[in-house]
Amino acid sequence: MRFWWWIPLALFALFLGVAAYQLTQPKDEFVPSTMVGQPLPDFDLRAAHPDRPGLTTADFRDGRPRLLNIWASWCLPCIAEAPHLETLRREGVDIVGIAIRDRPEDVARFLATHGNPYSRIGADDLSEVQLGIGSSGVPETFVIDGQGIIRHQHIGDVRAEHVAVLLEKLQEAAE
Amino acid sequence: MIAELGLAALWLAAALAALQLVTGFLAVKESGGEMAVLVRPAAMVQGLLCAAAFVMLLWLFVITDLSVKLVAMNSHSDKPLIFKLSGAWGNHEGSMLLWITVMALAGGLIALLERRLPERTMMATLGAQAFVGLGFYAFLLFSSNPFERLPQPAVEGLGLNPLLQDIGLAMHPPTLYFGYVGLSVAFSFAVGALLTRQVNPDFARAMRPWVLGAWIFLTLGITAGSYWAYYELGWGGWWFWDPVENASLMPWLAATALLHSASVLAARDALRVWTIMLGVVAFSMSMVGTFLVRSGILTSVHAFAVDPERGTFILALLAIYIGGALVLFALRAGSIAEGDRFSVSSREGALVVNNVMLSAILGIVLLGTLYPLLTEAFDVRVSVGPPYFNPVGAVFVFPMLIVMAVGPLLRWRQDDWQRVKRPLIATGLVTLATLVLAMMPGSIDLLPLLGLAFATGLAIASFLPLRGRALLRVPLATWGMVIAHFGIAVALFGMASESAFSQEKLAAVKVGESTRVGPWQVALAGVEPVAGPNWTAIEGRLLAMHDGGEAIELDPQARNFWAPPQETTESALATRWNGQLYAVIGNEAGQGRWQLRLWWKPFVTFIWYGGLLVALGGLLALIGRLSADLKRRAVYARAEARQRGVHA
Repeated sequence: MRFWWWIPLALFALFLGVAAYQLTQPKDEFVPSTMVGQPLPDFDLRAAHPDRPGLTTADFRDGRPRLLNIWASWCLPCIAEAPHLETLRREGVDIVGIAIRDRPEDVARFLATHGNPYSRIGADDLSEVQLGIGSSGVPETFVIDGQGIIRHQHIGDVRAEHVAVLLEKLQEAAE
Repeated sequence: MIAELGLAALWLAAALAALQLVTGFLAVKESGGEMAVLVRPAAMVQGLLCAAAFVMLLWLFVITDLSVKLVAMNSHSDKPLIFKLSGAWGNHEGSMLLWITVMALAGGLIALLERRLPERTMMATLGAQAFVGLGFYAFLLFSSNPFERLPQPAVEGLGLNPLLQDIGLAMHPPTLYFGYVGLSVAFSFAVGALLTRQVNPDFARAMRPWVLGAWIFLTLGITAGSYWAYYELGWGGWWFWDPVENASLMPWLAATALLHSASVLAARDALRVWTIMLGVVAFSMSMVGTFLVRSGILTSVHAFAVDPERGTFILALLAIYIGGALVLFALRAGSIAEGDRFSVSSREGALVVNNVMLSAILGIVLLGTLYPLLTEAFDVRVSVGPPYFNPVGAVFVFPMLIVMAVGPLLRWRQDDWQRVKRPLIATGLVTLATLVLAMMPGSIDLLPLLGLAFATGLAIASFLPLRGRALLRVPLATWGMVIAHFGIAVALFGMASESAFSQEKLAAVKVGESTRVGPWQVALAGVEPVAGPNWTAIEGRLLAMHDGGEAIELDPQARNFWAPPQETTESALATRWNGQLYAVIGNEAGQGRWQLRLWWKPFVTFIWYGGLLVALGGLLALIGRLSADLKRRAVYARAEARQRGVHA
């Protein structure tokens, strides 16, 4: 009977242990997509910019790996990553974009100011495709292989040091 | 000078807390008797010093003394006065000072007013209160000094963020703090009683007003928080089982259980160990909640400023307070007699079942909240949501509702089912009839169906304790119970109705066009860009007509903030007695059409009306208990005086 009185303390010690362990772990705020390794969901997005066609799932099934960049004209880190996307484009990478909750005039203004690395841009007005892909924020960049399968997810803005990583992942996707 | 005075007052208060701790615990041993005279004055003066320190901080914010770091960081000379004041506690340091001030004032009040408890238990309680307080003093003085000066006074304050100038946001944290501090007092009572092994009805009566007070504030805090999430987040939901919400729900559940078990202890001298345990658990839940929210250990939809150092500190306090109390509990619980026996079919029996159910629900919420923490240790990320909480919680909620309906009708000690059979059968039949009626459309899910039926049954049953009594003579505390139970029925009805009858419409409309949702005809009369101090927005002008009645204007906005860049929706609401129309505007959908998201939510407001009724019931019970105590005290005083007169 005495033994039972110690149970609350034991449970509390368990909580304390787990909590203390978690506190010492570096906090990873990124939410990885469970869609990596899965095919893209079906979508058909209208063009977000008059100069570029919209985006459908079929566009990814031409045998060529490419980057899918999720961005928005109202997103500041997207401005920061624009030059690095441009570098990737000059390396011969095909980049397609999905503009999240955006307006055509804002998209046009953004691309005029910061450059346009995209061959196609779809407009995702309700973040439906974004959520379907498993992206939880902007910007995020996905490596999609030639069969439309998500191979890699990059969370946050693409910085100079990420360019080589993305090129390598594209290479892997091509094999 | 003011800042230095404030800091000095705080140091003195901390020193008095140390004195109170030592003398209080010494006085528990018979030998430390002569020191005991110091304990009560130390508690009272400590309360005054803390209050003085807090007033100094308020004053610094009123005059916007920019040489004080906290003021420079969180205020601005152009702020309205009310937000200057609320800025004093709208930050980490200030909120800690508010917490310790409320706690010290509560300790002072106990020292001043409480005369029922045996003196040794009283000393132990005040010692425990000082022990809890000292941890917070240490935190405040060593790592979060609110009175810190800047080397150079700032030219202007940084705190003109218009987003934070919201009266609801200003009042919400203090409300929850009052609740948490009230539970810390209950915790001190529990530890004090464990130290002296004196657990009796007087102990329960001394503790009860503090638990009731805490419970009222927690009820208000949860109700207000739920409404805030409902109109602010723009998803039309009113509860998300988010860690931050659960952090406020768990202490409430524990306090509710404690309230009821303290009633059994006060009336019948039973459930002694259980009441002590709940006293410890209730405060633990508020500390665990604070830890989860402030340490950033769980990801939440509510953005919170987090700091791992603070998390570590709170965890250390948790380990000392709760770990210490639980060790004491394990050592002492066996030697506290369980108290009077009673039959299952009695008021106590029903209250025990209610306690078991509440504890089970608490366990479910706690497990669901901590589960992601546990699995993350094994690198598995999960998110626990409504699919777990709703059905698993319901398994215990519905039996508890039955007990809520039956329990108050039973007599203490032993009762005969025959006596209460007739009203209960009648209530049961009404519940069943409602269930059948609600099943007719055939489209309502099981939980909302049961919710509608049980809400109706409980609403009737909650008034049954008044049956056949002269209403003016019914004690205020009984009225409090009736109204609080009725409030639960009202809130449950709102929840069930919202879930059963809500209608949603997602439409893309051009200006001049209209759409329907439920009984509402909503026309988009115009769309205009509007700008605020740090945002731009698209504002829709909607004209909503309920069944061809007069048009009500609604102006929902989709806002874009630029520093930091963030998109928010400002929902617009039209409230009728029987529900709310909830409107959100999205982006342009091409060809001049705008996305509108509309909900018609029948009786959704009952959720919060119910919450307010529950708090009102608590307030009536508190007033009833306190005035009965005063009366009893006056009677004793008179009897004593008479006795002295006889002897003289």
